[in-house]
Amino acid sequence: MRAVLSALACAALVLGQGGLLQRAPAKAASAGNPLEGDEQARRAGAKLYARECAACHGENREGRGSAPKLARPEVFHAMPGALFWALRNGSLRTGMPSFAHLPEAQRWQIVTFLRGEGAPR
Amino acid sequence: MLQGRETVKTGGAIITALFLLPRFCAGEGPFFVTYTHRMEEPRNLEMAIQNVTGSPAGGNRFLGTAVELEYGVTGWWTSGFYLDWQSTRGESAFPTGYRWENRFRLLPREHWINPVLYVEFENLNEADRSLLAVVGRDGAEDLAEPVGEARHEKEREFEAKLILSSYYKGWTISENLIAAKNIRREPYEFGYAAGVSRPLALRARAERCNLCPENIQAGMEVYGGLGTHAAFGLHNTSHYVAPTVAWTLANGTTFKVSPGFGITDTSVRRLWRFSVSYEITQFGRAARQLFRGGRP
Repeated sequence: MRAVLSALACAALVLGQGGLLQRAPAKAASAGNPLEGDEQARRAGAKLYARECAACHGENREGRGSAPKLARPEVFHAMPGALFWALRNGSLRTGMPSFAHLPEAQRWQIVTFLRGEGAPR
Repeated sequence: MLQGRETVKTGGAIITALFLLPRFCAGEGPFFVTYTHRMEEPRNLEMAIQNVTGSPAGGNRFLGTAVELEYGVTGWWTSGFYLDWQSTRGESAFPTGYRWENRFRLLPREHWINPVLYVEFENLNEADRSLLAVVGRDGAEDLAEPVGEARHEKEREFEAKLILSSYYKGWTISENLIAAKNIRREPYEFGYAAGVSRPLALRARAERCNLCPENIQAGMEVYGGLGTHAAFGLHNTSHYVAPTVAWTLANGTTFKVSPGFGITDTSVRRLWRFSVSYEITQFGRAARQLFRGGRP
């Protein structure tokens, strides 16, 4: 019974995260990452991830508690603009805070890291 | 015995969690008086000590201190508790009371202008010198009053603020409208605060560093009183202009400093503010694990 419940909870989390990315308006989701493929940006993004995101999503993006796993193909293949939109707006409903206080360039650096080398494909 | 060992183990686990998991308090604005719409992240705890010193005309130099604990209850609700203290040269030093503040984010998404409602109850005495807001006709004259006399006057007050703030191309721009009401007497008092700030660099460096320009934010804030509902306006009110700088170390400690310049006759000519703060990420989760006896 416990296994069934945790499977349902995991499914809900995955759907929730997918839902957050899918809620990005088409115009925002189609925005290109100006730092795509920039190795310095990816490394800076890794540093920012460790600082801003790892406490909830895990040092290796494995997910913790209600914060979903980010090391998965849905995130890697997400449109960069959708990830950027999710970072800017967060989701008060799921407890994901907004990172709008970070300058745009830093949010793109995090997106570069999430979709960069070492991310699951 | 076993229970004792378990407690020691979980206590050790939470201490580890407090000092290893949490590391940073990034992006905190450099302001002392002006609030932005940035909320404390859910389950994070911020600890801060804010100080202000000044020498009002006709009075002794004072140091007002506020010890702050701020917690992210949810993504849209941040709650903070302050303990205030004052020390006045040639007079005495003592605690002046407490404040309990709550901030509620009104819109779930980011917009051009983002409103937050702030509600605070304060139970202080008139000797309080922390100057976290200036309202009504607060001025140098109040601060020159001997603290031994002022401490006997209670000041139980509700304060509300409408916080309107925006982020634009790396700039933080914020305006606060303040209304305060003593619960027993005195009219409604009004005030304002506004600030603008920016990090020295918008891109982060790849290396972990203390002196990275993105870790330093500079800005300017202005704040002052707007009289009362019976006599609204700038007449006989105090106003300050204050450049401000915040520097966050790689280990998460943030230092802020701000000289404030009084620009009216009723203002204190110069105020110096300085603070240090530290944020413990996911404090709530670690605390819950402690009480449930699990690992953080």
